[in-house]
Amino acid sequence: MRSLNGSARALVDVAAGEISREIFVNPDIYREEQERVFARAWLYVGHESQIRNPGDFTVSRMGEESVILTRDRAARIHVFLNSCRHRGMKVCRYDDGNTRSFICPYHAWSYDLDGRLVGVQDYDNSYRPPFDKSQWGLVEAAQLANFRGTIWATWDRNAPEFDDFLGGARFALDLGLRPWDGSDGETEVLGSTQKWIVPSNWKFIAENFAGDALHVVSHRSVDMVGIGPSKGPGRRDDYGKPYLAAYPGGHGVNYGVTPPVKERKNYAGSPATQAYFQRCWEKRVARMGDKAGIVPLIGTIFPNMSFHLQQPRTILVSHPRGPCETEMWRVYLVDKDAPDEVKRYLRSYYIRYSGPAGMTEQDDMENWSYATTASRGPIARRHPYNYKSCLGSEAGRSDLIPGFVTERNTTEQNPRMLYKRWAEYMDADDWRALVPAASDAPP
Amino acid sequence: MTGPELTPSRLSYLSLLREVEDLFYAEADLLDERRYDRWLDLFTEDVVYWMPMRKNVAWEERERDITAEDDVAWIHDDKEMLRKRVQQLLTGIHWAEEPLSRVSHLITNVRIVDPVTALAEGDAMSVKCRFFVYRNRLETETDTLVGRREDTLRRVAGELRVARRKIVIEQSVLLAKNLTVFL
Repeated sequence: MRSLNGSARALVDVAAGEISREIFVNPDIYREEQERVFARAWLYVGHESQIRNPGDFTVSRMGEESVILTRDRAARIHVFLNSCRHRGMKVCRYDDGNTRSFICPYHAWSYDLDGRLVGVQDYDNSYRPPFDKSQWGLVEAAQLANFRGTIWATWDRNAPEFDDFLGGARFALDLGLRPWDGSDGETEVLGSTQKWIVPSNWKFIAENFAGDALHVVSHRSVDMVGIGPSKGPGRRDDYGKPYLAAYPGGHGVNYGVTPPVKERKNYAGSPATQAYFQRCWEKRVARMGDKAGIVPLIGTIFPNMSFHLQQPRTILVSHPRGPCETEMWRVYLVDKDAPDEVKRYLRSYYIRYSGPAGMTEQDDMENWSYATTASRGPIARRHPYNYKSCLGSEAGRSDLIPGFVTERNTTEQNPRMLYKRWAEYMDADDWRALVPAASDAPP
Repeated sequence: MTGPELTPSRLSYLSLLREVEDLFYAEADLLDERRYDRWLDLFTEDVVYWMPMRKNVAWEERERDITAEDDVAWIHDDKEMLRKRVQQLLTGIHWAEEPLSRVSHLITNVRIVDPVTALAEGDAMSVKCRFFVYRNRLETETDTLVGRREDTLRRVAGELRVARRKIVIEQSVLLAKNLTVFL
């Protein structure tokens, strides 16, 4: 592997809040990123609700590579590289479904749901001495984690446990992936995955969700028109007081905190949804007391899993396809036990907000793609980007929320933390150099 | 004489087909000439404007290759949302369409699906067509959106109006970065 030889840190001057444009466009850096970030970090693969029964599968991606998320006959979940061990053909070319095995269309090698190679054409005659089929199963992720229904995997057996990888950001996922009532009940993916291509470097997308309250101007038009779930201007209900928290693992989360009031008039555009939300809210307050109103609104789990977990409620994975191209995969989440009418209303709200036709996200794609294009030129590359907002003046500790927390939501501390961690991945030769996270102070 | 005779019912059918084509071509002009307010008038107040997604599924499940109505879609709007999309375009600060894209709608393969030769006030019929939409924006950014449309047209106050539109694009992973163009 070619190495930047510790030079990634030179491209990411977090102390000065300056980041080189190179990291968004340079093909060598991109190739190294695939090895040093995407082959190492825990990556979001999918959701348990997409593979409820044995034999259910859904394809996903980890970095540039296609993977299969499936459930074997013993109901165990697996993540496999979607590539035949013989000549590499994809063994699964369907987006989802149910199967008894994965059969390669090229030379008919077949694999059981647990990844074992079970069928090789003319095995008995053509392979003398026979090769050991047990060594030629589908390539499986080194580690797998199921966190409140979300499935994560890493190719690196030396990666820390998923909980340690999350660090303080565990708090956000743990809260946000529970049903609205704050119980241990199930949240599920609402149907199919939106997939689309954006001519952008993946990091512009990751940093946007990690914490960029300054880009409100991008969404003025949708705020004027009003697409929120309670009608009127704006695009969501009041989420209370904003907080930003950065985590040494490179993760960034925007929280909202509402006092535990009795009644909240959210989702007023749909009486059924409003009533369901209010019922859940009352249970949540009874269960969680003063902490009921802490909600992770928006965030990024390093490197490329981003979320809205309140309004809308959705997971976006920004799969890299090249330095200047990203494949966006977006799914929407609902409480499994919510009434159908509520799910219908939420679906309608979610997709008018997010996705390529989403009246909010449309404008984001315009920014990310043209920011990428404008990073390319040799003159442009001489001039770093400015991440100086609230540099050196933020981030303390909070009783409410773990991490480096600030009420100044105009800060760019979260993107700074993300890039600091990015540079650590790029410069470290293995996980030993990454654990514990070297970023131990707010940037 | 070969082919169908020009009976009164045949003439009535051809006239109706021509009326449908006129509607679609006029609609294309309204969109491409950016007369969005006028375009909205072509839809009934109870219109469902639906653009499902496409999936790669096994042959025996091929009916799933278009996502169902209760699934996530690219777009699933009512008249109110269509109005809001138009309002957003007209704010002048909807950056995805500011400056506006250059768009041409080509509508073809227009076919009345139902065995009707005339449409009375309040009645509806199902119509299919293909669309080929070329979008070019800023300098070189270009999208080609191609697919099938299934419209339910209803006669309202003497005019044909779109009461339901299903837009089936021939892409699974959408190759355009966003969908800001009406189809």
